[in-house]
Amino acid sequence: MQDFTRRALLQGGTALAATGALTGPALFDFARAWAADSPWKAEPGAKLTVMRWKRFVPAEDEAFNAMVAAFKAATGTEMNVFSESFEDVQPKASVAANTGSGLDLAWGLHTLPQLFPTKALKMNDVADYLGKKYGGWTDAAQKTCMQGNDWLGIPVATVGGYYTYRKSATDKAGFKEFPKDFPGFLEMCKALKANNTPAGMALGHASGDANGWLHGMLWGHGAYTVDKDDKVIINSPETAKALEYVKALSDTFIPGTPSWNDGSNNKAFLAGELYCTLNGISIYIAAKDDPAKKDLAEDTYHALWPVGPIGKPTELQLTVPILAFNFTKYPNAAKAFVAFMLEKENFDKWLTGARGYLTHTLNAYDNSPIWTADPKNAVFREASKRALPASGIGHVGEKAATAIADFIVVDMFANYCTGSKDAKGAMAEAERQLKRIYR
Amino acid sequence: MADIALAPEKAKPKLREATSWDQLKHNKNWLGIWFMLPAMAFLVLFLAYPLGLGIWLSFTDTKIGRVGQFIAFENYEWLWDDGIFWLSIFNTLLYTFLASAIKFAIGLYLALLLNENMPFKAMLRAMVLVPFIVPTVLSALAFWWIFDSQFSIISWSLRHLGLISQNINFLGDTTWARVCVIFANIWRGVPFVAITLLAGLQTVSPSLYEAATLDGATRWQNFRYITYPLLTPIIAVVMTFSVLFTFTDFQLIWAMTRGGPVNATHLMATLSYQRAIIAGQLGEGAAISSAMIPFLLAAIMVSWFGLQRRKWQQGESND
Repeated sequence: MQDFTRRALLQGGTALAATGALTGPALFDFARAWAADSPWKAEPGAKLTVMRWKRFVPAEDEAFNAMVAAFKAATGTEMNVFSESFEDVQPKASVAANTGSGLDLAWGLHTLPQLFPTKALKMNDVADYLGKKYGGWTDAAQKTCMQGNDWLGIPVATVGGYYTYRKSATDKAGFKEFPKDFPGFLEMCKALKANNTPAGMALGHASGDANGWLHGMLWGHGAYTVDKDDKVIINSPETAKALEYVKALSDTFIPGTPSWNDGSNNKAFLAGELYCTLNGISIYIAAKDDPAKKDLAEDTYHALWPVGPIGKPTELQLTVPILAFNFTKYPNAAKAFVAFMLEKENFDKWLTGARGYLTHTLNAYDNSPIWTADPKNAVFREASKRALPASGIGHVGEKAATAIADFIVVDMFANYCTGSKDAKGAMAEAERQLKRIYR
Repeated sequence: MADIALAPEKAKPKLREATSWDQLKHNKNWLGIWFMLPAMAFLVLFLAYPLGLGIWLSFTDTKIGRVGQFIAFENYEWLWDDGIFWLSIFNTLLYTFLASAIKFAIGLYLALLLNENMPFKAMLRAMVLVPFIVPTVLSALAFWWIFDSQFSIISWSLRHLGLISQNINFLGDTTWARVCVIFANIWRGVPFVAITLLAGLQTVSPSLYEAATLDGATRWQNFRYITYPLLTPIIAVVMTFSVLFTFTDFQLIWAMTRGGPVNATHLMATLSYQRAIIAGQLGEGAAISSAMIPFLLAAIMVSWFGLQRRKWQQGESND
């Protein structure tokens, strides 16, 4: 993959053209054979417009484009792919859903397909086909995309976030092994602070990082924003415990975390000022790619989230589902494309291209080469298995997505940790905000 | 030739009563309307319509990409006892008041300085404009780095001078964060005030100062009884604009703090954006931005009625 990247760049052509030339024969032969056997035959003269989120790493985009090119060649489907930044995917998909035109497929974040249950093309056959062939879907992925017995979309992958730490610092703090429970984690953070090698996680409006670890802490204590009937239950003794715990934890943090956005911990970690944080694999990749940071990269390790008092993993990981709109003129081509993407011959290469940013949601890909290529990648393999859907135990859908986007849980913790509000006040405010959304 | 002379003179059209159409045709106001129409269409299309649409949206539960239902005042009722909304109003007022007052003080001071005769006058005047020329987002990003919790140049310098032992928590502490964003706004807004007031100062006739000086007026008296009264109309206009810009500020805050820490720097504009665009609740976001209208109207009214008073127009003792 690396080699391919370099050569593609040298050739100066578009990734798409270069791919055709380079990975050509094998991929195209596979694509042709696949198209011949596929249960979904693309309509003659089909044309698909696909919107996707903007990639993190070029290699991922290249692998994706290679698939698109192969699919196009094998099925004769015209493919028009364009990317939008994270924040713009949902509004644009909403407009397409509302106007009934413009897009055939939208690949977005979190619970995107749940926003348009009446506009999404049911993907039951695709999900069954892939699920049977590749060892079944993970629980979180399934919940994220299903409504009743119907699949509104296909959970292509998950963007994993895990504890990223400097082994030299945690060793020195007396923790040869990364703690597996909340009390142990707190002890370690205290020891890290005492050694002047502090931990730190965002308490500011960082949509990915802050929402991630704070929801994990909340759920780990058995507290949720809403119950399974979407009744607001944030104001609870469990939440109070979570607040106390996070407050104690944040007292050990490097100063300034209430101002952090998604990039702050990356910067601080790479500058050698931060020794433990929660992040995607990007910190490690950046260190690995920078020859000047060789030592830091070697010292950087990843660990699973400690498990809270409720005794099971409660991670919030970012699912990236794709959906086809039911107003598309070429439903079979759309289904064929989605199934094609997730076939082993494509998906393994794609995961490798994504370098650990993306985690599979189909169990069989546990054996994908990416997870053993570098032992430090292995942790990210678990992302989809240890996650709860973004809504916790409540209904997956628009309201849950709104609550996350509006930083309600983040603000509740930040209010208490910075001393702006007492526990009661912080919970009351969050309760009030949630009731507004779940009215 | 003769033919023409002989040709029977055409009967003059009979005089008739002017119809209302005739009257209209020669009515200057009627003609005026036609000349005004393009401008009016422009205003309606690009100003009145969006404003009206925003107000309408605030009475609906519209979400991005979906038509909403009319829900009357429900959005406003929810906002009424929403702590964050009230906090954002408080922040906006604090931000506007402090930033505008300081911008005025520094701007006036700078304008008076630049009005003096000094070497490199033109160059100095041009330089003052620099903060105003830099795109807001760029200067906001620069300030974001300057006030970064880990990499702040200020903290770094002070630490190396041995004055502090730990980084200052610029954007992570509620009070500091407010100070920082207000500072950034002042830095950006001063040139506008200074240059506009300078333009006003140059319209003051030097002969007035000469006369006053002959009468033995001190420099303070010169300023108090000549400069200040003659400058009042300009001050009114400049400060109205300054208050409006500050009140509706968005870019600086969004780039520097996103409204954090714990919403301490959320202005109404940023909260509206967060709720409407990021969280998708267009109706509620519209309600928040519509709630800005009364404040803005009040600011405009003050200067509007102020400008109509002769005292403001022509100086202190000219009622």
